[in-house]
Amino acid sequence: MNFSEVFKQSNQLCKLSPDGKYLATCVQYRLVVRDVSTLQILQLYTCLDQISHMDWSSDSLFILCAMYKRGLVQVWSLEQPDWHCKIDEGSIGLVSSRWSPDGRHILNTTEFHLRITVWSLCTKAVSYIKYPKACQKGLDFSRDGCYMALAERRDCKDYVSIFVCDDWHLLRHFETETQDLAGLEWSPNGCVLAVWDSCLEYKVLLYSLDGRLLSTYSAYEWSLGIKSVTWSPSSQFLAIGSYDEKVRILNHITWKKIAQFEHPATIDNTKATMFKEVEKRPAVGSDEMSLLNISVGTTLFNTQSKYEIYPLPVQIPVVKPDPDRANPKIGISVLAFSSDSRYLATKNDNMASAVWVWDMQKMSLEAVLEQTSGVRCFQWDPRRPRLALCTGNSKLYLWSPGGCVSVQVPTEGGFQVQSLNWHCSGDSLVLLGKEQLCLCYMDSD
Amino acid sequence: MPESSLVKDVRSSSESRTSPMRQFSQSPLPLHRNPYVLSAFCTEHNVKECLSHLNQEVLPLGLPPVWAESGGSSELNVVAVLNCMYDLIQLHHKGLRTLENMEVEQLKSSSNVECLQLTTTRLKEQLEVSKRENTGLLERERQLQLKVKSLQNCLKNEKEEVQKLQNIIASRATQYNHEMKRKEREFNKLKERLNQLLVDKKEKKQAIDVLHSIGRADGKRSLWKTEKTEAKHEGEMYKTLLSDYDTRQRELVLENAELRKVLQQMKKDMVSILSSRKAALKSDKHDHSGLQNASEEDEEEVFDSSKESVELSCVHAREKLTNSIRLQWRRLKNHVERLDSQVSLAQIGERKNTDAVPRETHEEEMDRLKLEIQQCKDFIQSQQQLLQQLSCPCDEEAAPLLNDCFMLQEKNRLREEWKTIEEQRTIFERERRNFTEAAIRLSHERKAFEEDRAMWLKHQFLNLSPFTDTKKSALSKSKSAFLISAETDPSAALPLDNVMKCHSDRASPTPRSVSLTSSSTADLYRTFCLIPENSSTKPKRKNGQAEESSIHFSENVPIQYKHWNDSEEHSSNVLFEDKNSSI
Repeated sequence: MNFSEVFKQSNQLCKLSPDGKYLATCVQYRLVVRDVSTLQILQLYTCLDQISHMDWSSDSLFILCAMYKRGLVQVWSLEQPDWHCKIDEGSIGLVSSRWSPDGRHILNTTEFHLRITVWSLCTKAVSYIKYPKACQKGLDFSRDGCYMALAERRDCKDYVSIFVCDDWHLLRHFETETQDLAGLEWSPNGCVLAVWDSCLEYKVLLYSLDGRLLSTYSAYEWSLGIKSVTWSPSSQFLAIGSYDEKVRILNHITWKKIAQFEHPATIDNTKATMFKEVEKRPAVGSDEMSLLNISVGTTLFNTQSKYEIYPLPVQIPVVKPDPDRANPKIGISVLAFSSDSRYLATKNDNMASAVWVWDMQKMSLEAVLEQTSGVRCFQWDPRRPRLALCTGNSKLYLWSPGGCVSVQVPTEGGFQVQSLNWHCSGDSLVLLGKEQLCLCYMDSD
Repeated sequence: MPESSLVKDVRSSSESRTSPMRQFSQSPLPLHRNPYVLSAFCTEHNVKECLSHLNQEVLPLGLPPVWAESGGSSELNVVAVLNCMYDLIQLHHKGLRTLENMEVEQLKSSSNVECLQLTTTRLKEQLEVSKRENTGLLERERQLQLKVKSLQNCLKNEKEEVQKLQNIIASRATQYNHEMKRKEREFNKLKERLNQLLVDKKEKKQAIDVLHSIGRADGKRSLWKTEKTEAKHEGEMYKTLLSDYDTRQRELVLENAELRKVLQQMKKDMVSILSSRKAALKSDKHDHSGLQNASEEDEEEVFDSSKESVELSCVHAREKLTNSIRLQWRRLKNHVERLDSQVSLAQIGERKNTDAVPRETHEEEMDRLKLEIQQCKDFIQSQQQLLQQLSCPCDEEAAPLLNDCFMLQEKNRLREEWKTIEEQRTIFERERRNFTEAAIRLSHERKAFEEDRAMWLKHQFLNLSPFTDTKKSALSKSKSAFLISAETDPSAALPLDNVMKCHSDRASPTPRSVSLTSSSTADLYRTFCLIPENSSTKPKRKNGQAEESSIHFSENVPIQYKHWNDSEEHSSNVLFEDKNSSI
């Protein structure tokens, strides 16, 4: 495993192009595009203000830089560096900006979710979509980029509009049986739309592309409900994480629950492997606490760590959430399927230091990774069943069915991995610190 | 005069005794009551009246009359009176006895009554107590009922409260929903208004500033929105849906085919298994063969149809297939269950068998091990002994203790020996006394005999020729020699003779005593180590007296002497312990 040198970035704005050739990073109001293989700067663009959001177009030809405070969006072309485009949302404000799947339209959500403005880069045409709902995930494009589902709120009722992205033709518009729609997500094959209610009510609705209600699922009533929903890449499973610390798996034929993954504090009686990160402070003599070492700093304070396999049963540290506060830190907040749909990684919020990996073939717990600190981010390798995670320290952790490793990021200056992104080839990883970034290259074998 | 006084006394006493009697008899005898004869019932003057009165009195008692007037004589019939008196006394005694009995009875009954009274009082108390308890319990029950009532009331209240709260919650929820809707509407209105305002605003409008438009990603030109495009979109949508369903159906078909394959495989296996089983069953089950055959045919038929169904997959065929599968599955289950039970039985049997073989070996092994353990124990013991022996001399403190121990043991042993010796000594003493007595007697006899002989010799000497004299002198010489020796030590020699005699004479009448003495002497010898231990006395006794006597002759004297000496020496020691033992 190799690591690149450290580059500056701000706001953790750093994205690899969809084709995997370029790396775009934002440093204050500048946008830097590098070649991934050489890390040479290919382009350098200067925006009008500090960039708050940046995104690649699907064809990796354009980069969108949004400056929400100023209500501005600037688009840069990689092929034509002198081409520029500036969209000013004016005094109506801007809270979100994104590319349409075709990479020729920009969808801007105005302040207060007054409307969504669709700007066409081809025709300079502008169209508005009124009444978008301000919610967890109110807009989703199907994987093939043909359709867009949008949650709307009209007359105190939830609606879903399905648009054809090609010409923003409203294909379907239907009311949903939700109290307060919280999110929607297309299945990867683009034929089923999962719609879920807010956490006050456990309700998942499954709609066909043509607006037919396929199924409704509710696990329980009265207590806090759904926290996260994820489709498996094969569209075969719909994983629903909820506040009751369970993940329920629905199948795509009957839309009934086929499995339920619980996250108990004591793991026992399973064939799972418990990986526990064990920190080992390097033995440093007092005489070695010299200025030299202090100047080196980070290496001194960095601790070695490794995974140890613990025999079950094992107790996982649990933080009891404050019941008087809203959005309690409990329940399954993150769900991620591996690219081959074989594994599911989950994180229970009141066990922030643990990542659970479930085998979807055996429908059982495969492994539990207990970290020394809370897990910040985890992501599956887009090619292999390999999970990378970070906990806000200077280490990168990797899990694969073969085992677990912890890798010290060999950088100076207190590089703490806050977030990570896989390269589409699965050969490298972008590690994002607070103000820096670094690339991690996996061994090809 | 004491006698007269006594008589007087008696009389006075009799008088005093009669006085109450008289007083008693006053009521039934009003006629004979004389005012001046208060002191006596009968006086010289009223004997007849008394008698008649007594008669009258006695008759109703069923006694013979004391005095019969018919005889004309006024003489008192003493016998009759005595009899009457006796009877009266008897009656009186009886009366007393009955009275006593009655008294006892009364006592008993009174005690009974007392007892009963006691029990009644106790029972009353108990009743009181239980009544009190009862009232207490009733009170408690009442209280509990009250409590229950209050709790029920509480429950009801709580339920009502819950209901109320639920109502409140529901009303609040509706109110909240209503408010939210109102707010949302307001919000929407505001949004609308804001939107309008922002749109109307001139100075800072939304704008796009593009250097030049770029082409579409697909390189096509955008189309006008028309009915046609709409239809096209619909079409595309359905196309995607259809394709999705298509793929899904294909997948399902594939899966189905796979499952069918598996099913068929299973079926084949099942059929083969079942047919083989049936073949086996047929041989021993002939009575059910008809039924079995029928079902088998049925099964075959079904199997064939299932084969078709795989190809046709029509509804009926599928039904048949599932039915046949179900049937066969049931059969297989039965079969497996039977096999299971058989296997379990076999296992039990096998376990028994496997157990039986090693049990013997186990036992053997156990025996061997036990033996080994015993050996080891022995070994350990011997080693411990050796160790003790080794450590004894080294152990300076334990040595005197051990020595003391040994000394004590030795002492005890010696004491016991001493006792036996003492016993033997007393026996010998007795024997000696007997001997001396016998010797005295013998000496007397001898003296008489000697005198007789002297007389006879004198006679002979005077009468016989000198030829006969020589012989007689020799004999006399020897006799005299013997005599001398006897005379020199009479106490020793005489008993020896006596012993000989005793042995010869007493052997038949008192063999026990002889044996006793002989045995005791033998013991004595043994104790003094004069005879070797192993030489038992019994065969000697059997051999005859001669030998033993010879011993007596040759050795008894000094031995006995020694014995006495020893005994005397010992006695001084023993005296302290046993004063009864005489020398």
